[in-house]
This record gives sequence, structure tokens and C-alpha cells, in this order.
Amino acid sequence: MLLDIAIDAKDHPGGAGRARRVLQGLRLSLEKHQAGAVLGPSGCGKTTLLRIVAGLDHDYAGHVATPAGGRLAMVFQEPRLLPWRSVQDNIRIAAPLASVTEIDALLADLGLGGHADQFPSRLSLGLARRAALARALAIKPDLLLLDEPFVSLDAALALALRERVARLIDETGVTTLLVTHDLSEAIGIADRIFVLCKPPARVVATLDVATPRRLMTDAARQELTERAQAALAAE
Amino acid sequence: MIRLASFASILLLWFALAQVFDPRHLPDPLSVMELAFSEADSGALFEHLGATLARVAAAFTLAMGLGSALGYLMGRNRLANDILDPWLVVLLNLPALVVIVLAYLWAGLNEAAAVGAVALNKLPGAMVFAREGARAQDPSYDEMARVFRFSRQARLRHVVLPQLAPYLAASARAGLSLVWKIVLVVELLGRPNGVGFKINLAFQLFDLRLLLAYALPFVAIMLAVELLLAQPFESYVSRWRLDAARHRH
Repeated sequence: MLLDIAIDAKDHPGGAGRARRVLQGLRLSLEKHQAGAVLGPSGCGKTTLLRIVAGLDHDYAGHVATPAGGRLAMVFQEPRLLPWRSVQDNIRIAAPLASVTEIDALLADLGLGGHADQFPSRLSLGLARRAALARALAIKPDLLLLDEPFVSLDAALALALRERVARLIDETGVTTLLVTHDLSEAIGIADRIFVLCKPPARVVATLDVATPRRLMTDAARQELTERAQAALAAE
Repeated sequence: MIRLASFASILLLWFALAQVFDPRHLPDPLSVMELAFSEADSGALFEHLGATLARVAAAFTLAMGLGSALGYLMGRNRLANDILDPWLVVLLNLPALVVIVLAYLWAGLNEAAAVGAVALNKLPGAMVFAREGARAQDPSYDEMARVFRFSRQARLRHVVLPQLAPYLAASARAGLSLVWKIVLVVELLGRPNGVGFKINLAFQLFDLRLLLAYALPFVAIMLAVELLLAQPFESYVSRWRLDAARHRH
């Protein structure tokens, strides 16, 4: 097992000293090379979960086992590229061990070939997301965390980028945990979907996506959609 | 072009006024230049300018280094801020002259006292700039650096310093203009060389030509440092902002 999450309780400090429970009794695990999607309504603590896995939040009860000494990469909702460094420098700084050829190949693969020398402020949100993704993949992570990587992109762009990401995940075999509120996104990328309920959130259903996804029939997709919607509605 | 014309008009005005006033009160620009050249010929001008510039450099480096480090610490660490803040308030409000005279009385009329007193005058300013810079650091880049396990060196070089740089550049410019003025006072009060010492001499002799022959080349050098080093550095460290702004228009 590569990632094992068991969070007994996670509170957010509320106003006037009242804490709000966000996660409770949440358990999920991923095998190596597996891509998991955490699916849930907005504000159900998905990003909080990802921040705990990334080691940015230690204030919770429970334990999270990530690969010991393994490399972690995260694509934040806002790309968080260093605005004072060019696109390729952003990648080079995060991945000092990656060769120039590898970085160039990644940039080309993500359609960023012509933007390598630009400052991030020149990029559209879609391009900046791709640059953030290139940075994450360049470190050859053992675990890749994606926080709503396609949110606030227009539908066509989101779909194109999603297909590219799915292909890159398949090719590299990187273990991935995606957080999203969009079911089609989860189906498009993940092998396994964990459905969260409203806070205090826990996993209410685990759905396996048929792999390879390309060969998934419409009927199978429809059935998966219905099961996920039923799980979401049950709460 | 307009700046150049404006500068020329100052010279012209000086020249015109010098024709009206007694040369003991306002010598004309040419006679000042003549004296400056003869002092340069004898090597005296460079000796005194060199002594003053060395003090400026030493005091500036000391104050910027120590002040920026302390200020950054105060901006990042609550305890450090609580401990150092009263010191900062005292230093900010201590008149330069008090610091200088105290330094000379306690440490004697020596180089360490002179440079130390000037540095102490710039120190609180450097602390304030660096503290503001540290407080303005965006935590989201810090988090990114933590997730990607940036080395300490990479974090400093690519995350902390670029955000701090505009504050340090502003601090350097403000500091330079303060330091080079105070250095003259320190020299006037207790040094056997330097531009400030020569100004004191000119004062005692009521010799305006001598005063201007030393003061003006020094001002010219400090202006050149400002124009050729400080300003370009400031625009260099904020070029990514300019790039972003240009793109938006």
C-alpha cells in the first residue's frame, strides 16, 4: 500500500470559539500506480484532506502514511508558480535533478514549448495550470496530488487538459490522488473513486472505474454515474 | 532632456548670482572648479573622498546586513519582534547627533566609533524595511516550497529573496542617502580626514570655495551611485512586475 489515510477527526476553528468538524472517520488507501479521485460536494473538506496528505496541516487526529522518503508533488488550485521566475526556471528550481531534455519534453508534451521563457503572469490560467502540472511531473513524484486542477477553465479546455493529464498519469504510472466535485472528471482520470458526504465528511462509497478507461462502454459509464449520484444523494 | 535643462539652469543661476555677490559669499562655478582640479592634482581631493567613501561603504554594509537580518527575523518571529521592537522604537527616535557624540565619548575619537555611529543611525530604518518585507511574504509560495521540499538554499534564493528584494532595494536607496549625509557630520566632529573634515576646515577659514570644491564632487559621486547602481538594481529586481503590468495594458 502506498497511501493510507485514517483521519479520526479534523476540526476547523469556527468563529466565536466554536470549532466545526470537517472530517470524521475518513479512511481511504491507494496502491502503487493507482489513481484515486476524492469526489464530494463543495466545501466538504476535500482540499483540507489534500493539505493533510501533503504535510501542510498537522492539526488532526489520526494518521496518514505516505511513502517513506518518497517524493510528493502537488498541483494547487491556484497554480502557485513563482511569478519572478520564468516557466522553465519554475520547473528547474522544483526539480533540480531533472535534465534539460526531460523538462523540454514535458513542456512540449503539455503544449508549453513556446512559453518556456515567459514569466507566469503572461500565461492564461489554463497555461499556468499546465505549467504547474509540468512542475509536479518533473520531480517524478511517488505521489501526485491534484486539487481541482480543471476548475474555472472553460469546458472544452478543461476536457482537453483532462485527457492530457489522464494520458500522462497512465504513461508515467504515477500514483495520483485527485480531488474534485466533478464526477466526469473523476471518471476521466481515476481508477477508483471515493465519494465523500457533507461535513463531517467520510468515505460513503468506493467505486472502481473500469480500466482502461478508453474502452469503457457508455452503459458502464452510465451505471457508474448513477451509483456515484446515489451515494452522494444518500447523505 | 527637461532634467538636463533644469540642471543647466541651476548652474546658470549660480553663475549669475556669483556676479552679483561678493566671491567670499558666493564664488563663481569656474573658480570652484579650478580649486577642485588643483586639489585633485595634488591628490588631496581623492584622499579625502576615498576616506569618506570607505566610511560610507563600511557603515552602509554593516547597517544593511545587520538591520535586514534582524528586521527579517522580527517579521517572521513574534518573540523576536516583541523583544526587539522597543529597541527599534528607541533607535528610530534617537537624534543622529546624540548617537554620534555618545559614540565618540564612549569609544574615543576613532574609526570604529565613527563607522559604528553612522551604522547605528541607519540600522533601525533597515530593520523596518526588512520587517515589512518579511511580513509581506506570501505564505502560499512557502507552502509550495515545503511540498516540493525545496532546499533551504533554494527557498532563500527563489522564494524569500525575490519577495524581499523590492524592500531591500528601497531600503538601500533610503539608507545610502541617509548614510552619506551623516558620514559628513561624523567626520566634521571627530575625524582627521574625509570630506566632512575639509568642510569643517572651510567653515573655520570662512572659505566657500574650498567647501564647494570638496562638497560638490562628493555629491556628484553619490548621485552617480544612485543613478548607476541603486536605481537600476531596484528596477532589475522588480522587472517581473513591470513585465506583468506591461502585459495587462
